[in-house]
Amino acid sequence: MNDLDYQVVEEVAKELYIRALCDLPPDVRVALKKAYEKETRATAREAFKAMLKAVEIADAQKTLICQDTGLPIYMVKIGSEYCWNGYMIKEKLTEGAKRATLEFPFRGSSTHPLTRKNPQTSVGKGLPVLYFDYVKDTDCLDILMAPKGSGSENMSTMKMFYPAHGVKALKKFVVDTVVESGANPCPPGVIGVGIGGTSDLVMRLAKEAIVRPVGQRNPDPEVAEIEMELEEAINATGIGPMGLGGDISTLAVHIEMAYTHITQNPVAVNTQCWPARRSRAKIYPDGHVEYGY
Amino acid sequence: MAVHHLQTPFSEAVIRQLRVEDIVYFNGTLFGIRDLTQIYMFDQNHEPPVSLEGMPCIHTAPSLRKIGNRWEKICVGTTTSTRMDRFSPDLIGKYGVRAIIGKGGLYEESLQAMKKHGAVYLAIVGGAASLETQQIEEVEAVYWEHLHPEALYKFRVKDFGPLTVAMDSHGGHLYFDVKKEALRRLPGIYNQLGID
Repeated sequence: MNDLDYQVVEEVAKELYIRALCDLPPDVRVALKKAYEKETRATAREAFKAMLKAVEIADAQKTLICQDTGLPIYMVKIGSEYCWNGYMIKEKLTEGAKRATLEFPFRGSSTHPLTRKNPQTSVGKGLPVLYFDYVKDTDCLDILMAPKGSGSENMSTMKMFYPAHGVKALKKFVVDTVVESGANPCPPGVIGVGIGGTSDLVMRLAKEAIVRPVGQRNPDPEVAEIEMELEEAINATGIGPMGLGGDISTLAVHIEMAYTHITQNPVAVNTQCWPARRSRAKIYPDGHVEYGY
Repeated sequence: MAVHHLQTPFSEAVIRQLRVEDIVYFNGTLFGIRDLTQIYMFDQNHEPPVSLEGMPCIHTAPSLRKIGNRWEKICVGTTTSTRMDRFSPDLIGKYGVRAIIGKGGLYEESLQAMKKHGAVYLAIVGGAASLETQQIEEVEAVYWEHLHPEALYKFRVKDFGPLTVAMDSHGGHLYFDVKKEALRRLPGIYNQLGID
């Protein structure tokens, strides 16, 4: 019953990229407003006011919040109750990201790592970044889009600790990463943490952590406990918005976890800047699309 | 925290009044520069075709469109300053720039140049490009057009800000202070987390 016109995936991929750049998710807005209310340092309050104003202007003018349109990441969940064509999904997501860049139009940031040539399409060999996962009891294709700017992405860290280092080494690593990053990742953002897995999986977990709605805890209470502990610790550093000092240095710490090897204890940190941009859509086999965050 | 509303060009006296953690808004001219602009100026010895004396320069990330002879803004944001640190002492000492605007700050040599010549570093809220674009009234000129999007830009701005004085002409450096304070607090934070 493969009768879906995959053009819809391309249109959605394009729309998702533009939506993510222009329309900040409601949970991030709430978190920024709460941060503004809680902040006591005068300069930091000015920074929060400017952030909230920037979001408002982007709404009113349907324009980009930040000029760094980043590299496009699509996290796709394929429902088991329909025979989705994976190759077509990949092709159409790539084309959609390219069309968003050319048709909006905005600056493309994808670049050849050796020649530094920029095709101005936001894509190229290996891009967009695509994550595929598979879920049961649904026929829909669930696509989450996150544009990743370089200010925050350049601050990513990963380390393979040993079991002997314990959980405390992971906690220290996260706090140290945030202090070392200072102003660069445009704080206060979402600190995504990966724990466990292999070297590649732990980084992917950290990336998945940054797109979770702000305020939503990891369902595992033990992990949620560490999230809260780290949030408090990071805010206690006083780094503040834009690294200029203040009470709020992060909107949230999100941790994703996977099993690891008996000899391994990996951790990764991926920071998302204060405009924690993301968008989401569900495509059904009849071509019907639902947009969200 | 004092709030200053200024007009370009800035005099040395006005700049010397600014202290770390003051807030600045200004009207007038703002020059946009970037990595390549400064490599072209300083490494390849090209004299700027316009005077930068008393002017603010921003580490810009401009998305513009040219219609006929006019340049129109699409989205203009700010990029990280630390990459361009090594050009800053000359920008201040040789060309008389009085304010460098960006995010992330600059280092010791730039701070010394600010002290010596009377200049400041003003921190903008990164990521808030929609606000910044609205405060840029016009792209008045693009010099060294062949370098676009890393050319030399002349913007006319209105109520440009809020900008936080993050490095002043008296040796004040807010990023250093914040980092120092964070490092001072770290042992206590480790303790709370059960880290020895």
